[in-house]
Amino acid sequence: MADASASGTSIGRKNIFKTLEFDTRLLGMVGAFVLVCIVFNVLTEGRFLTPRNIFNLTIQTVSVAIMATGMVFIIVTRHIDLSVGALLATCSAIMAMTQTQFLPSLGIDYGSPLMAPVAIVIGLLAGGLIGAFHGWLVGYLTIPAFIVTLGGFLVWRNVAWYLTSGQTIGPLDDTFQKLGGIGGTLGTTASWIIGALAVAAACYGILQARRARIAHEFPVKPVWAEATLMALAAALILGFVATLNAYSVPTRVLAREFEARGEVMPEGFTQGYGIPFSVLILIAIAVVMTVVARRTRLGRYIFATGGNPDAAELSGINTRLLTVKVFAMMGVLCALAGMVASARLSFHSNDIGTLDELRVIAAAVIGGTALAGGIGTIYGAILGALIMQSLQSGMAMVGVDAPFQNIVVGGVLVLAVLIDIIYRKRTGDV
Amino acid sequence: MVDRSGTPLVEMRDVSVSFGGIKAVDHVTIDLYPGEVVGLLGHNGAGKSTLIKCLSGAYKMDAGEIYVDGKLVDIQNPRDARGHNIETIYQTLALADNLDAASNLFLGRELITPTGLVDDARMEAETRKIMARLNPNFKKFNAPVKALSGGQRQSVAIARAVYFNARILVMDEPTAALGPQETQMVAELIEQLKAQGIGIFLIEHDVHSVMNLCDRASVMKNGQLVGTVDVDKVTDEDILSMIILGKRPEVAAS
Ligand SMILES: Nc1ncnc2c1ncn2[C@@H]1O[C@H](COP(=O)(O)OP(=O)(O)O)[C@@H](O)[C@H]1O
Ligand SMILES: [Mg+2]
Repeated sequence: MADASASGTSIGRKNIFKTLEFDTRLLGMVGAFVLVCIVFNVLTEGRFLTPRNIFNLTIQTVSVAIMATGMVFIIVTRHIDLSVGALLATCSAIMAMTQTQFLPSLGIDYGSPLMAPVAIVIGLLAGGLIGAFHGWLVGYLTIPAFIVTLGGFLVWRNVAWYLTSGQTIGPLDDTFQKLGGIGGTLGTTASWIIGALAVAAACYGILQARRARIAHEFPVKPVWAEATLMALAAALILGFVATLNAYSVPTRVLAREFEARGEVMPEGFTQGYGIPFSVLILIAIAVVMTVVARRTRLGRYIFATGGNPDAAELSGINTRLLTVKVFAMMGVLCALAGMVASARLSFHSNDIGTLDELRVIAAAVIGGTALAGGIGTIYGAILGALIMQSLQSGMAMVGVDAPFQNIVVGGVLVLAVLIDIIYRKRTGDV
Repeated sequence: MVDRSGTPLVEMRDVSVSFGGIKAVDHVTIDLYPGEVVGLLGHNGAGKSTLIKCLSGAYKMDAGEIYVDGKLVDIQNPRDARGHNIETIYQTLALADNLDAASNLFLGRELITPTGLVDDARMEAETRKIMARLNPNFKKFNAPVKALSGGQRQSVAIARAVYFNARILVMDEPTAALGPQETQMVAELIEQLKAQGIGIFLIEHDVHSVMNLCDRASVMKNGQLVGTVDVDKVTDEDILSMIILGKRPEVAAS
């Protein structure tokens, strides 16, 4: 490590992964995910990797994955948030009550186009304000985040209960329900278009980064490596779209739709679901959060503060206000997760989001976020959420008893952190 | 010779700081002229770092005043200090270990693109430029600074203080982590900055270096200022006895 000249441009390019400049930790996670998928696919005799199951897995992951992206920032700044499941419940309760009580009392009735947007805005505001309040308690009053959010865990779970009197609140607005998953998808054509746009954006991003490096005369990867990266990105994106498109709407559902329009379904008519709106929301959040993390001052300050709070302070960063911002973001993401979760159920239930705090923290940590602060990635957290959900669903499909499912998930969390510790020791990347 | 007939660049007047019961800095007055290097000496715990952290905005004074160019200034935080072109190399370096050299150099003052995003390529280019001047051996531009050697980390901290056109530079034991060759480079840098008219407070343990690099030396003991002397008019032994015994030499006051 002490040798200053050892990291020249052409030295040490030992293997193909190095040349592609892949993050080895990301490779490890992808490897683990692929392994989980293959094992369950064998155990379920091919039922795990069907378009139907992949579709379901995707929409089941969204709510936890959305919150996990926010948890990355929380943990990177050396805090923790134990209240996200409870906050999700409060936001969900507020959005549900807005739709069933508050707006109807103002004369805006079921079916009004205003219903969903107003409910969502109110929910996001509530989440953001509650999160900011947590951040203020942590940042300005210097109460440890563990305590603030442990308190919040009890408070917001029961505020949700109080708001709804413990009742199930529903049915929710039709438009609102479309954000939950299977009830609202893009359809095949639009999905292909979105996929193509995403491929174009990925290639443009890679090219743009290369151009910037060339413009400043920095070393760049060989052209074939960049091309391989682009091809990989394209294959992943289009493969994902193809899979979601391959899951066909059941014939009886289609027939009912035709009936509702007073038509008769043609013989042999099929239609794929395509990308669910909820997944689009997650992708949009992932992109925004990644841009925040890597390309904005806010993100730079979040990581600097996590790496060395004193240094951040001495560089003129207002770390208290930063804490408020990070927790406010977390709150907004809890509200978005609550929106997706309740929309998927089509109602608000009193136990919505129960245990989600643990899943969210586990997803972030399995995804490589270091509890010591300063290190973490958005894509890692999402992948972590996906791995957790795959384990859970896979075990359910195999018929593992519920207690064992949770025992395995708990064990995997601890094991993931152990592997991470060993990995960091090996690479000297403490 | 430094011209000390005009207004001082900085004057810290009657500064006191206490932590709980400890008087870390006790009614200390020091000043600094353009193009001058003032050494701050004293045992560990004498209060040197605490004193200069008031100038850097890291600590708040309990009592005392700071004048820059003869004008009373209010330094509440590091941003205020930077606003007066006061740059500091902290004893702890104050680097975010998880970020690369460029991110550390520009921390809190990032270069941004017209769209408001951080311009990493331009910051790396600027970092390469200044490093070529300060430490030509430095090559690890894309590694987090925790992967760097002590000397390399030090040069990142120095680059950060020098890059932004400081007028007043505070260096808290800048050579503590360095080998002889790198120490020599810092010495040359100090000469260079001094020639540009920058004023430097240099906290340094090695009396010999102080005699070579500094114009004046202020010695602290137990939070109090023992005295300030012209290094030309005293010997190594005089300064040592100020540090150890807390006694002013008979010869020269300044
Ligand atoms: N943040 C702090 N909190 C409490 N005591 C401190 C703090 N910083 C410094 N001190 C105390 O102030 C005194 C002076 O310390 P310092 O300025 O670091 O000395 P020096 O830099 O001369 O070695 C010491 O007794 C030290 O323990
Ligand atoms: Mg010190």
